Amino acid sequence: MEQQAQEILINMGPQHPSTHGVLRLMVKLNGETVTWCQPDIGYLHRCFEKLAESKTYTQVIPYTDRTDYLSAITNETCYVEAVEKLFQGAIEVPERAQYIRVMMNELQRITSHLLALGAWAMDVGAMTPFLYCWRDREKAYSLFEQITGARQLYNYLRIGGVRNDLPEGIIGSPSDGEDKADKTLWGFVNYIESYVIPQWNGLVTNNRIFQYRTQGVGVLSAEDAVAYGASGPVLRGSGVKWDLRKNRPYLIYDRLEFDVPVGTNGDCFDRWVVRIKEMEQSCRIIKQCLEWLAENPGPVMAKVPRVLKPPKGEVYHRIEGSRGEVACYIVSDGGPNPYKVKWRSPCFTHLQLMPLLCPGHKVADVIAILGSIDIVLGEVDR
Amino acid sequence: MVAFWQSLPPLLQTWLIGLGKGTLILIWALANFAVVLMLDRKISAWIQNRLGPWRVGLWGWIQPIADLFKLFVKEFIDPNNVDRPLYLLAPFVSFLPAILVWLIIPFWNGGTAMDLDIGIIYIAAITGFDVIAVFMSGWGSDNKYSLLGSMRGAAQMISYEVTLVLSIIGVVMMAGSLRLSDIVMIQDQRGVFGWFLFPQIIGFIVYLIASLAELNRTPFDLVEAESELVAGYHTEYSGFRWGFFMVAEYVHQVGWAAIAASLFLGGWSGPSIPDVLWGLGNVLNIFGALPNPIGNAMISAGDAIAFLDQGVWAAITGMFWFVFKIYVLIFLGMWIRWTLPRVRIDQLMDLGWKFLLPVSLFNIFLTGILKYAAIQWDGLPIKLGAITIRLLGLWT
Repeated sequence: MEQQAQEILINMGPQHPSTHGVLRLMVKLNGETVTWCQPDIGYLHRCFEKLAESKTYTQVIPYTDRTDYLSAITNETCYVEAVEKLFQGAIEVPERAQYIRVMMNELQRITSHLLALGAWAMDVGAMTPFLYCWRDREKAYSLFEQITGARQLYNYLRIGGVRNDLPEGIIGSPSDGEDKADKTLWGFVNYIESYVIPQWNGLVTNNRIFQYRTQGVGVLSAEDAVAYGASGPVLRGSGVKWDLRKNRPYLIYDRLEFDVPVGTNGDCFDRWVVRIKEMEQSCRIIKQCLEWLAENPGPVMAKVPRVLKPPKGEVYHRIEGSRGEVACYIVSDGGPNPYKVKWRSPCFTHLQLMPLLCPGHKVADVIAILGSIDIVLGEVDR
Repeated sequence: MVAFWQSLPPLLQTWLIGLGKGTLILIWALANFAVVLMLDRKISAWIQNRLGPWRVGLWGWIQPIADLFKLFVKEFIDPNNVDRPLYLLAPFVSFLPAILVWLIIPFWNGGTAMDLDIGIIYIAAITGFDVIAVFMSGWGSDNKYSLLGSMRGAAQMISYEVTLVLSIIGVVMMAGSLRLSDIVMIQDQRGVFGWFLFPQIIGFIVYLIASLAELNRTPFDLVEAESELVAGYHTEYSGFRWGFFMVAEYVHQVGWAAIAASLFLGGWSGPSIPDVLWGLGNVLNIFGALPNPIGNAMISAGDAIAFLDQGVWAAITGMFWFVFKIYVLIFLGMWIRWTLPRVRIDQLMDLGWKFLLPVSLFNIFLTGILKYAAIQWDGLPIKLGAITIRLLGLWT
């Protein structure tokens, strides 16, 4: 009797140890090989866009924190900048506030990448790097706490500036080392550069098993990456040199020196290396910001009216978030509430790469690929 | 007492002795389980910058007992559609080989429960049927993750079983015996540098890798890869049956370390306290060239407690060294476990069949050649003045 091989359908999630939140991946397996993969989303939908219509412009800011909860400052920056754009130059953001925004953005990028790398390393079986990533994020979070008062969801940016200036002594001096990593910004940056990144490289990047697991897995060609609307480290891992901080500068990024790291093969390993290198570049940016901030005191808040009523119009603003292009589309009808807010989330766009990348790989690779595109379900579902 | 014992029928005596030995082994295995479980948690915490269990008992060392008690009182969930006999039996089947291995392990000189003359073959046979438990649980649970896990487990264990046995063949060739106590005894006579670790370094490394795969430890823990298969073959288990899988896993790990220690690290052989004193005294006297009071005092102190070198004391010393070596190997396994990522199933198979198997076959070939040459030409002696160095001395 002839035996027919039968495909089995397994549901990874919504309760599964490595779906980074509540994601359901439907995977068809032929033995261990994936033949079909489809993500099913919507488990974390919180009506952000609809809620925003019933809030004033300022009240929306804390909701943006909760979309991509791992890089809250980035979302705030995107939204706040969009609203400022809506005022068509009526709000002049002080330079110091812009530097603080950039500095906070890059700090957030480091913490976000740290978690992305840690969770990914755990997905391929190495548990220790994950706990190292918590150790280092903890230091960054205590810095955030000193600056903004909150550890994860900050509500720190305001339309027209930032809520408060940096507290005294937080900048530190360039000679601060590991012992001051959770006390001063200089200490943290030096700690990341001199200790954390070499440790990650030694423990994971140069690990043969990790390289075997990620090289040649989930290869995303540059054409596909562009066609699918990928952005951020996923796009740059495929070798496309596209970074909004360079190509469409916002804030004061055009005054800063940094490189845009790109990969060559577009596989999981390239995305890993791109993230590691981006952390280095973020350190570079933070250092330049810190040097400027130490020498140039000034106001951090523009004069804004008590009730914000932007003129009629619409605006689309995009920035380079930790995971890719975060963009915000706001329509104003001249009232105190936005008429419509649309949020473009990079993770949502990247998640649709799963059906493209997974087939043909082993079931273990699905998890490695999912880790490499670094999704935050809060942002996918909003 | 002795008269009473001798008045018992011989069959009953055999059974009573067996029962006593079995009980001792069970206690020994469970005690080791508690220690290894705790060490695993403490060492992983130490590596990962955490504290680990800290509340129950001194530094949290009573935690495993609390855990087992919790598992014991927990409800055992018995899902519909399981293949009940297989599903219920699997945890105990997985526990059996972990315990049975201990029967032939020499704890000290002569301290073996059952000194089988086919010890190595016994080990291969016993560890081989561990896979049955994995497959029983995976098939019986009626869960796709369990099935995938057990399929992986079957493939992995069968392929690494071959390598594991072949890597030991070198040791058997060196010792000329399959009996585990003989292998340890020969290493004891050869001394520290004669341990089969050194002439059989290839075999040792292959054994180490293959046994990590055999035990489903990282980097080969694909059977229960928690980020892919939730918990692999024991996804559906709960309560004490799940606990049994854990007990079996840790007891198996200790058993593996014990076999490795016996085969490659000289088992129970090691210096006793008088040996240490004599050795130190000799070193202080520069081997008789420059006798001094401290060295002489050490030697005479060693003579005074020379009784520590015999009888029960020798057994205790042997046990100490044996346990020490076991835990060194277990620490090594944990260190690897908490450092490395996991390999993929196809890479695992490639490593097993395309690399480790040829290497272990080559090791057998090499051992045969070297041993033949060493015996034929008396270890290729080279005379440097008064000193004779035997190049192949390790292989004689």
